[in-house]
Order: sequence, then C-alpha cells, then structure tokens
Amino acid sequence: MKSSIQKIILILLLAGLAFVFLQGLCCAQTLINGAGASFPYPIYSKWFNEYAKLHSGIQINYQSIGSGGGIKQVTEGTVDFGATDGPMNDEQLKDFQTKRSTNVLHFPTVLGAVVVTYNIPEVTESLNLNPETIAGIFLGTITKWNDAAIKATNPKVKLPSMDIVVIHRSDGSGTSYCWTDYLSKVSPEWKSKVGKGTSVNWPVGLGGKGNEGVSGQVKQTSGSIGYVELIYAIQNKLSYANVKNSSGRFVKPSLESTTAAAAGAAKNMPADFRVSITDAAGKDAYPISTFTWLLIPEMMQDKGKLNSIKEFMHWMLASGQNMAEELSYARLPKEVVAQEEKALANLK
Amino acid sequence: MAETIRGDSRIPGRESFTILRLFQKALKGDELARGIVFVCAAGIVAITALIVYELWTQSTPSIHKFGWRFFVTGTWDPIAGEFGALPFIYGTVVTSILALAFAIPVGVGAAIFLAELAPSRISNPLTFLIELLAAVPSVTIGLIGIFVLVPALNTIVPPLKSILGFLPVFSGPFYGVSVFSAGVVLSVMIVPFIISISREVLLAVPRNQREAALALGSTKWESTWKVVIPYARAGIIGSIFLALARALGETMAVTMVIGNSPKISASLLAPGYSIASVIANEFTEATGDLYLSALIELSLVLFALSIVINGSARLLILMTTAKGSK
Amino acid sequence: MRSALSFRRKFVNITMLTMTGIFTVLSVSVLFFILGYLFVQGGISLNWDFLTKLPAPVGGTGGGMANAIVGSGKVLVLATLIGVPIGFLAGVYLAEFGGAVFSSLVRFVTDLLNGVPSIVIGIFAYTLIVLRVKHFSAYAGGVALGIMMIPIAVRSTEEFLRAVPKSLRDGALALGASKWKAVATVVIPAALRGILSGIMLDLARVAGETAPLLFTSLNNQFWSTGLNQPTATLPVMIYAYAISPYPDWHRQAWAAGFLLLVLVLLINVTARTMISSGFSQKSRL
Repeated sequence: MKSSIQKIILILLLAGLAFVFLQGLCCAQTLINGAGASFPYPIYSKWFNEYAKLHSGIQINYQSIGSGGGIKQVTEGTVDFGATDGPMNDEQLKDFQTKRSTNVLHFPTVLGAVVVTYNIPEVTESLNLNPETIAGIFLGTITKWNDAAIKATNPKVKLPSMDIVVIHRSDGSGTSYCWTDYLSKVSPEWKSKVGKGTSVNWPVGLGGKGNEGVSGQVKQTSGSIGYVELIYAIQNKLSYANVKNSSGRFVKPSLESTTAAAAGAAKNMPADFRVSITDAAGKDAYPISTFTWLLIPEMMQDKGKLNSIKEFMHWMLASGQNMAEELSYARLPKEVVAQEEKALANLK
Repeated sequence: MAETIRGDSRIPGRESFTILRLFQKALKGDELARGIVFVCAAGIVAITALIVYELWTQSTPSIHKFGWRFFVTGTWDPIAGEFGALPFIYGTVVTSILALAFAIPVGVGAAIFLAELAPSRISNPLTFLIELLAAVPSVTIGLIGIFVLVPALNTIVPPLKSILGFLPVFSGPFYGVSVFSAGVVLSVMIVPFIISISREVLLAVPRNQREAALALGSTKWESTWKVVIPYARAGIIGSIFLALARALGETMAVTMVIGNSPKISASLLAPGYSIASVIANEFTEATGDLYLSALIELSLVLFALSIVINGSARLLILMTTAKGSK
Repeated sequence: MRSALSFRRKFVNITMLTMTGIFTVLSVSVLFFILGYLFVQGGISLNWDFLTKLPAPVGGTGGGMANAIVGSGKVLVLATLIGVPIGFLAGVYLAEFGGAVFSSLVRFVTDLLNGVPSIVIGIFAYTLIVLRVKHFSAYAGGVALGIMMIPIAVRSTEEFLRAVPKSLRDGALALGASKWKAVATVVIPAALRGILSGIMLDLARVAGETAPLLFTSLNNQFWSTGLNQPTATLPVMIYAYAISPYPDWHRQAWAAGFLLLVLVLLINVTARTMISSGFSQKSRL
C-alpha cells in the first residue's frame, strides 16, 4: 500500500516535470498578444479568427480589457499591441516614450457609433433624445423617465413614472472616452464637473465591466439607460435612441450616419490619425461616432512578430474591411486606408 | 531534543522502490537535510516579506501624495488624479458586516446542533456536506448570484420595500445588484467556516462542564447557552473573525453582484463597491502611475486588514483550545 | 408560578433547539441548491463541442472551452510544482527539525499568508513577474496559485507528521538511523496518505480561484502553446462569459461552472475519504 502511493507520487512528479519541460520547449508557433478596447471586440475577434484560419502559423490573441487597459498594457510592454477607442493623449505618448524608448503609432481600423440604449418596459419605440437631456440624465439632474425634458422630444411615447437607472462602464474604456468627449462638447456643465477620459468620476449610476457588462446590466435592469457600441445593442436586441446632431436633426445610429460623421475628418486626417469625430458637422452625421485604433510600437525587437503584424494590417485594410459592415461597423473611408498603407512603412 | 546518531548504518532495504531512496542517496547527512528544509521554511517568511515590500514600494507615490487623506476622502477621480478609498472601505466593511449578521446566527446555531444535539452518526455526514459547501469556487457562487439571486431579490425586495421603505437602510430604488445582494452572497460563503470551526471548538469543551449544568437541573438549551457557549466563546469569536477575513478579501462573487459604483449610500439596497472588486475591475487598465499606485495601496490596506483580523482570530482560537486541553 | 417558569424554560429549550436544527438544514440545503441548480443548468448545457472546441468569436454561438480546460490543467500543474515542494519541506522542518522560536515565526507567517486575499497575491504576481518578464503567462498564474498553495501544504504536512506515533521514530533511531533517514524512511511514509490528501484539498481550493489569474495568465481565445503565453482558464472564462450579454455564453458559463464544481467536489470527496479511512486503519493498529 505504502509503496503504491509512493509510486503514484513519483509518476505524477515525473509526469509534471516532463510536461513542464516539453511545454517549455515547444513554442514554434507565432502568437501575437493584443489587448484593449471592448468596443471593436466583436470585429477583432472575427478578424483574428478568420486570419488564423487563413494563416495557420499565426495566431493573434486579443483580450477585451478596456481601452485604458490597452494603453496601459502596451505601455508596459506586456502585450505586443494595444487597442483603444480614445486616442492616447500627449502625456500618455510621452510616458510610452520614456518607458519603451520608441514611439507608439495609432492605426484606425473601423468606425463605430456609441448608442444610447435603454430598457423601459412597454416602450418599444425609438426615443428621440437631445444632447441636453442625455447630459442631464448622466449628471443626475433628470431622474424619472416621465421628466418633462424627455416628454418634450417624445410627445407620442407613453413614458412611465419610473426611476432612471444610469449604467456606465466600471473599467477604463474608450467607449466612455467617446461618450464623455461628446458630453463635454455639448454640455458645459459636464465639461467642468466631470470632463473626458477613459475613466471618469461618474456623478450617478452603476458600473458594468466592458461593453458586454453594460449591455448585460441594461438587459437585466428595467428602467436603465446606458451607452454601448452599436453592435452590442443590435446583438442583444436592446432599444436605442435617435440623437439630435449639430444640425438639429434626430439621427438614428447606423453605418451610413457614422460614415457621414467621418466624412469631414477623412479629408483632413492628421498624420498621427488622432482625431475626434464626435458632434461632427453634416446633416446626416450621427454625433456620437468614433474611429477605433490599434496601438503599435514603432520599433519592435522581434522582427518575426513585426512582419506578421504588418501582414495582418495589410489584410485588415483590404479584405478585413469587407467584414465590417455585417457586424455594424462602418468601414474606413478610402482616403484613410491609403494614408494608413503608407504609414505602415514606418513600423520597423 | 532527541540525540542524533550519526554513522553509515542503514536500515535494511525493505522497500525496493521509493523516491525517498533517491532522496537519501542525494542527501547524505542530517546537516544538508536540515539546511534544505530550513531554506524552504525561511522561504515562506521571505515570500511574505517580499509581498509586503512589493506592495509598499509600489504604493509609495500614492502614500506620499495623499497620506491619511486617502482613508477619509470619497472621491475616486482618475482624470483629476484624486483618489480616496473611503467608498471602497465602506463597501467592504458594510458587506462583511451584513454577511456576518446573516451568517453568525445560522452558523453558530448549526454548530450547536452538530456538536451538542445530533448524534455523530448524523453530525459527521452533515459536517462533511457543509465543508463541501466551503469548497464551492467563488466564481460559481457569483454565477448563481447573477442569474438566480439577483432576479429573485428583484421580485422579493419591492414588496418588502413598501413596508420597510421608511427606514433609511431600505430607501432608494433597488436594481437587484446592491450591497445587500453582496452581503447575502458572502454569507453563503462564510457560513461553512463558522460552522466547522465553531463545532470543533464546542466539541473541545470538556464533557463534565455540561454534565454539571444538566445535573443542576438546567435544560439542554440552558446548559448549552449558559455554560458551553461561554466556555467556548473565544473560539467561536475566533471562527467569526476568520470568516470575516475571508469575507473582506472575497473578490469574484462580490464583483458580480455589488453594482460597482463608488458611492457611499445609507441604503443597503443601493449599489456599492468593495476594495477587492475595484482592484479586479480597474487594475489592468489603470493608466498613469498615481492611479495604479492608489490601487496597489488599496490592496495594501486589504492585506493589513486581513493580517490584523487573522492574527486576532488565531489568538482567540489558541486561547480556547489551550483552555480545553488544560 | 413555578410551573409557569418551567413551561417557559421548556418552551425556550424546544424552540432554540429546533432553530439550531433548522439552521443546519438551511446550510446543507444551500449546498444542495447550488449543486442541483448547476447540475440542471450545466448538465443541459454541457456537450461534446464544449469539451473539444475553441471559443467562438464574440457573439457567435457554439464553440467550447477546450483550451480553458487544458489551460486550467497547465496552471494547476505549475502551481503544484511550485507550491507543494516548498510547503511540504517547510512542513517537515516544522514537525521534525525546527527550533522553537523560528518555528513559531514560520507558523505565524504561514497563517498570515493563508489569510492574504487572493486578489492581493494576483497583484503581487503581476508586479513581480508580468511587469518584469513583459508577458502575461501560465507561469505567472502558476506562481500566484503556487504561493496560495503553500500554507495548507505546510500545515497538513506538519499535522500529519506529528500524528505519527513517537515509538515509530524512536525505533528507527534506535536501529542507528540518522535523524534524516528516520524521517525520510519511516515517519514520512507513515504520514504520506494524510499529507497527500491534504495536498489534494489544497489543489481543489486553488482550482476554483479566479482573482489571481485575471492579471497573470489573462486569457486566450486560442490554444496556448508552451507556458510563456497568456492562457485561458476555466474560472476566468466563467467570469468573462457570465458578465457578457450573450445567452449562448451564459449557457457555456453554466457548463463550465458545472465542470469546475464537479472537479473540485470530486477531489474533495476523494481526499476526505482518504483521510478518514486512513484514521480508521490507524485506530485498528
């Protein structure tokens, strides 16, 4: 009995060691790690899945940990590339340079719309919301669904006397960046009290982790309002609002209205691609739209990885773009694609 | 100290195949063996010291910037670079107290039943099952929390609120995820601890104590409540402290049901945030050194809390078992 | 007056004793509820795809968690290889070799380490390994869980070694064996069954840990080759899928929760039976 236990232990021990040894040896496959924004997670996950099918040697692992996380982890160098929906600010760029002694480049991948989603029982129509009302709700000054401000833009909808439950992101998020960037542009009170960023000090509400978490919370909580990327609202059959844009029209978030918002920026794209398209001009433009970016270090030690990333980027800018629309992202304007193809040469 | 006898006299090789043989060959002599086991034992002390050191050095920027203010301010504003831990400390403390409020009566009651009333034929299998409950992974309990408990509370609480809503602790709207839900989930996780340790402590109370009480004409309950429990008091409190330490540090199940909102609210039905869950949510994405450092300081706080509570728990349990063995 | 008092006392007696019974039933039924719910929800969700396929892209249906099942195995093997030897040898030190002062220090620190919240250990492993090596990896996860395994390994080793009768030890020493040989050939084998079951319980405890893995092994939607890469694990997958809005991911979270629970409980039951049968053997001696 005794010796049989010892035998078992010995076998387990040897098996464990052999396992570690073998695992340590085999690393032939190229695995590229990326992390960041959850906003483009559905399309990225699709791209990387398809790309792995086409190129069996290359796997790109993408974890949706939030844009703040994408910026942080690529700065620390714990992932090969990051992803964000809010461009890095100058301070963050400087921080990256001191830590990694190289620059980080922004590459737009697709365009998306952040939608105002809500869960009001018995209301099936799309609400019309103007910027002041949205800011009021998120500042906590409008607390009931039948508030006069909401009624004013929705005369035909029967709104219940229900508490509004605000749901925001609990993690650092580019969706939050786009959202707070928009609110700061349209509401001076928001700008002075809260400001814009990937994580802010929310005046009211519950936190959900990731676009997934916010959609989940909105779905589970009646009377709730939140903001998510369009695809999450569509996939989860959540209702979303039409938002009044700078030309005074209520615009439904869609591929067309998102593309319309990017039209101006596409013509005057800055060289580093860091541009905000919230509250854009144009009568069909949906005001809460944004580019989403990959963050790639300019210089990489591992040339194999570098080339794989470049190859992927070329693929993404060509065939990858064709997959965008079925997942409700707007493809990049042609001018931007051309400019990016050129910028890819800077990676070395 | 046993005298060590040296020399190469060997025990006859009665076992043909053992790892220990290999071990023996490799390690001749006691000194080497002693050295190796000593290094491992010292290693544990070193690892713990390293944890404290790492956490301390990483949280220095925040400690320098905020000092004691960190513990008394409630703003958590990553943009302005203002960090105060109060809402998280508050959430952690309130959820833990709530959990104890549910778990202590149930846990101690069940321990009394298992130690004093039930015959060992029934008591042993039941204790076995309860200890299995302690082994259920916290993420699984969180899963039940999100999909079963929160919807259930959503139907139970509103009618309750219409009766008790005038109390500040039950005021405000209820969303399902709340400090209250977190307390319930935590209580499920700590009850097994209280039961199994309290039961052991109760069993260690000498037989003659209760027999004396019964002989004087007290009922079973009176002998338990007035004699056995006071005798075992320190140990039971120790078990409660251990449970408290577990509740403070619990992360996953709490994050899934607490609502993740750094606000201090008198209402138990409002969403809150705990130290452990804010770390889980924000740690990988904290941009900026001060932000990160503030989060690490939070974990240092958690570490210190757990050390104080664990230390007192061990001391209390030690006190009772020493008394029992006297 | 007297009989009224005794009625009250009897009433209190019966009520309180009944309450304790109810509380016991309540605690046990929580376990059965959790088990039952997971069996039903997880049982219907578990299928062959779940066990053999990689996760589907976000929002897609189907796919499975094969990589997370293997990944959990990897991280746990690493944790065992790191935590158990240190814990076991330290336990041997405490039971057989230790001096009084240093031993009580080690015991005290071990207890403290046991009480450190798992998320704090996760942060430690992140700053110690991930930030230095610049990689999320199975190694980092293994170190985090390995540290968590140490205290229980120490305590169970020490406890079971101490339970070995003194006569056995003395016999070996009398035969002229050195202290180490007596410990290695007589004492440890006699306590092996107990120690082993203690370590199994230890493993079961960390198998369900999520918090320390969030910042160490991260996650991976592919197979992770080798140990130096982000690795999917069951607990992290359950967390990620449970907070997502997709019904099919919820289904898979239940399946994974079920699988994890069955695994943990199986190890627990085996280990506990091993301990109790070991004791009955000893008492027969």
